[in-house]
Amino acid sequence: MLKIGVLALQGAVSEHIKQIESAGQVAVAVKKASELPSLDALIIPGGESTAIRKLIDYYEFKAPIQQFSAEKKPIFGTCAGLVLLANELVDGSEAHLRLMDISVKRNAFGRQKDSFETMLQVKGFTGNVPAVFIRAPIITEVTEHVEVLATYDNQIVAAKQGHLLVTSFHPELTEENRWMKLFIKMVKQAHQMSTIH
Amino acid sequence: MSQLVGTETVKRGMAQMQKGGVIMDVVNAEQAKVAEAAGAVAVMALERVPSDIRAAGGVARMADPRIVEEVMQAVSIPVMAKARIGHIVEARVLEAMGVDYIDESEVLTPADEEYHILKSEFTVPFVCGCRDLGEAARRIGEGASMLRTKGEPGTGNIVEAVRHMRKVQAQIRKITLMNDDELMTEAKLLGAPYEILREIKKSGKLPIVNFAAGGIATPADAALMMELGSDGVFVGSGIFKSENPEKFAHSIVQATTHYKDYDLIGKLSQELGAAMKGLDISKLSLEERMQERGW
Repeated sequence: MLKIGVLALQGAVSEHIKQIESAGQVAVAVKKASELPSLDALIIPGGESTAIRKLIDYYEFKAPIQQFSAEKKPIFGTCAGLVLLANELVDGSEAHLRLMDISVKRNAFGRQKDSFETMLQVKGFTGNVPAVFIRAPIITEVTEHVEVLATYDNQIVAAKQGHLLVTSFHPELTEENRWMKLFIKMVKQAHQMSTIH
Repeated sequence: MSQLVGTETVKRGMAQMQKGGVIMDVVNAEQAKVAEAAGAVAVMALERVPSDIRAAGGVARMADPRIVEEVMQAVSIPVMAKARIGHIVEARVLEAMGVDYIDESEVLTPADEEYHILKSEFTVPFVCGCRDLGEAARRIGEGASMLRTKGEPGTGNIVEAVRHMRKVQAQIRKITLMNDDELMTEAKLLGAPYEILREIKKSGKLPIVNFAAGGIATPADAALMMELGSDGVFVGSGIFKSENPEKFAHSIVQATTHYKDYDLIGKLSQELGAAMKGLDISKLSLEERMQERGW
């Protein structure tokens, strides 16, 4: 079984843990950076990105998460997690973990009253995929290293770059488990790669 | 593809994103920025914090929209604001302004002493206070997307918040163990919608997020409420009525995340300066107790 951590500083942690466990894997709520090395993969959940960033700084998570990524261990960021992984934020504020070649606009659809549910077409998934957008960010720019997985209204809302997976929306608020399955597949591939080397 | 706004998932989901966080009362843009910088997950924009509302007396109403707007412009985190219990128009005004969450709050003077707002009719989500499972279930029935214990606002005294959180949790445990045929009578006794109790019995938990509020004044208070099963905390007067608001705000945020790390909470509690001056609840008359408001 794979050991998948959920960064448990703030946000929708239990929802991800439930999905990891439903997929038959071991879930860990990660509160300390010292817990990272024992994990196969990490999920950075939705929450308030500014609050999570403060807590990442207080508890010195930044370098250990960057190291985790340098070892090609998979990371999945939803909503605030996507904001935290970006190389650049278009509102001019300082980017956080700078791991993924994406530019991100926070609260791109407006305030809470503009939050919405919809159905998306996703590359590699058949049929409609439910998506819940809550004060959601969008990806405004990607480099050639990034694979766009889904768009909404011509704006990028899901993407993958090697071992990194991000969504603007919240698969953990729905019964949709294909994102978790895709992530687990990425984790298994990363495992195989590391045993070959 | 069609786009659905204001659905139950979207409104409840917003509160789920706030879990493990601290929501702070602020009365101006400057305080809102202090709260955001300390790692607050949202701010509650008010004209006066509860302890000042208590001191001022008279009728407490929705804040001046100018203050709410000023706060909304100052920060990128969600902004909440309070409407009086049953005051449909105050709530509609706040919704039209684009406030992210409305607190139908007993801290303000109720506009209706019989009915609450039918919150399911709104696009904006609502948070409401509760003291027991019956009250919690009634608010869920009306469409609240988030709950908080009422505690006793503006007192800096945690005792009522503890009482309410323990009561809700104990009542959930009780119905979880009940036979199905006992549930209808329990619904009658609690004054709770049957269907909602059935849902809670089945899942063993409330269907929406439940924060603690009403009396949190120190990092240890915040951690205590998390220990008792709160999903997060509201701090009203506790921050900006303390001697060192910035330090208090930072410390309460950290204690909420790491509520089981007692060494850390010890360190966070050192040389914080004076907490807000507290009130003994037993000295408050029934009319002075805000928690009695709500039906």
